[in-house]
Amino acid sequence: MASQAPTLQDTRATRVSGLRSFFNMDGVAQALVWVAGWAIVAITAVLVFELWMNSAETRQKFGFDFLFSTTWDPVNGDFGALPFIFGTLATSAVALIIAVPLGIGASIFLAELAPPRISDALTFCIELLAAVPSVIFGLIGIFVLVPALQVMVPWLKAGLGFLPIFSGAFYGVSILSAGVVLAVMIVPFIISISREVLMAVPRDLREAALALGATQWESTWQVVLPFAKVGVIGSVFLALARALGETMAVTMVVGNTPKIQASLLAPGYSIAAVIANEFPEAGGIQMSALIELGLVLFTLTIIINGAARLLILATETKGAK
Amino acid sequence: MTIAAALGLSAAAFAQTQITGAGATFPNPIYQKWFSEFRKAHGDVQINYQAIGSGGGIKQVTMGTVDFGASDAIMTDQQITEFKAARKTNILALPTVAGAAVATYNIPGVASGLNLTAEALSGIFLGKITKWNDPAIAGANKGVKLPAADIVVVHRSDGSGTTFCWTDYLAKVSPEWKSKVGSGASVNWPLGLGAKGNDGVAGQVKQTPNSIGYVELIYAENQKMPFANVKNAAGAFVKPNLASITAAAAGVAKTMPDDFRISITNAPGKDAYPISTFTWLLVPEKSADANKGKVIKAFVEWALGPGQAFAEPMTFARLPKEVLAKELKALAKVQ
Repeated sequence: MASQAPTLQDTRATRVSGLRSFFNMDGVAQALVWVAGWAIVAITAVLVFELWMNSAETRQKFGFDFLFSTTWDPVNGDFGALPFIFGTLATSAVALIIAVPLGIGASIFLAELAPPRISDALTFCIELLAAVPSVIFGLIGIFVLVPALQVMVPWLKAGLGFLPIFSGAFYGVSILSAGVVLAVMIVPFIISISREVLMAVPRDLREAALALGATQWESTWQVVLPFAKVGVIGSVFLALARALGETMAVTMVVGNTPKIQASLLAPGYSIAAVIANEFPEAGGIQMSALIELGLVLFTLTIIINGAARLLILATETKGAK
Repeated sequence: MTIAAALGLSAAAFAQTQITGAGATFPNPIYQKWFSEFRKAHGDVQINYQAIGSGGGIKQVTMGTVDFGASDAIMTDQQITEFKAARKTNILALPTVAGAAVATYNIPGVASGLNLTAEALSGIFLGKITKWNDPAIAGANKGVKLPAADIVVVHRSDGSGTTFCWTDYLAKVSPEWKSKVGSGASVNWPLGLGAKGNDGVAGQVKQTPNSIGYVELIYAENQKMPFANVKNAAGAFVKPNLASITAAAAGVAKTMPDDFRISITNAPGKDAYPISTFTWLLVPEKSADANKGKVIKAFVEWALGPGQAFAEPMTFARLPKEVLAKELKALAKVQ
């Protein structure tokens, strides 16, 4: 009996320690994060599967022509995605052209120049801006931005009207208006992430640059910003993803016209906007076309995210040399 | 039930019943009013209605997720076949009230009273009439100073029963519209700006000088927006209002088919406003739950009878007597 006792205790001890390590949360936590991690993969997979299955009708009927056709005719069941792809990319491009310089400039100010108290207060305001529902931005677009643009566009046309992108009649709602509203919506993302990234740059680097005789601007531009480049690019792509998928604010100011026109002053249409507009009353093949548009938007986002990865990879290897 | 008895109402008692419906947004205000009024007489009946759009209403009643549907658009043969296949019973599409789409405009110097012919309207929306002082418009507006400005067309961007009514009218009066564009809840517009909802169209028209768009009559009246008189099939310029919409409904009473699937756009009759439409309640002939069938039948009977009195104060056009009588006869089939 005496010889058996230790064995029994041993087995019990190992079992208890196994149980303890499970119950002292290690195991539970591991299981939870494992589930959380794979849930994201599963959700994405289900999403793609559903989009793929439910768009079968138009995929079979139009094939790749769906991507290049400019007709969108729900009455006769003839669908093409090109005007929507164009509108989505054009509004997002306008948004980035405005938001990137503004956002990076503001984040440099907040991280490098502003006194900490002002920086914190402004950052708080910017994060509030990021939490505003998009329909509010759409309303501001309609009631403030569009009337303001109607005053400003004649000047723009007087100066730059010879450019095809500023030609033609302007009705207030346009690719340009949607781009400007999107810019206001995405700039908080660029600012708040870029600011965090810039603040994370080690203080030693700045001090070393200044000690070598660099001015504050030289230190920021040549030392801090290159160091933080990956994070800043990341913030821009996160902002772009938001711009590509934005629905409400865009549909309220873009003019909802599925045409490809060179002028930014002309109305356009985006993928997300047409899905939101037509989905509730759609049936049959129109439903399938709208779901395929969702698939196109998903693919577009994947391509852009892939490009972002490649860009980050390229800048990293260059930095290593 | 006790309350109903105490109030001395001659209501037949139902078992505690919950009915759900879904569909068109346009009649939502009058339907909600009807449900609450009906509940006053039948305390044990609760009807929930989700205004999710006509297409959604047809879909949901076909799938059996709701007890009845509602639609601003006429159910197509294919939709009816699908319903029969899914639910093993027929569906009754019963007009409940009528409404209209009106042409609202923003022409500097023209505060109200614009007259538009069918040729002018279809020409504008096809992009063939591009200026306000075009003879096709000016001819019907003697003494009105129309500007030589470009017309800006505004239409709905979201799928809607109002668009169905509007394009159904244009397809009837213009062969070119019929072949080029056709009619539907959303169509391939030859030109114009798309705006979301009645409020979107109204806002865009208000903000854009020399523009024209279409909204529901109720919406234009609430927003105090000007809207055009339209020349009807009998050749008279008619102001859209409840009386002229009811007149359009009366215009088709004689030719009303047994399934009530008839459009009242471009209806005959001197007083008929030509861009009018019914809105339909979609009731399965045989409900899965017999008690629910009984309740729905009682409700529709009430809505088509005493319920009609609630329509006009809420800016919905009531249906003419002949149509109501024919519907009540058809309702006998419901169980």
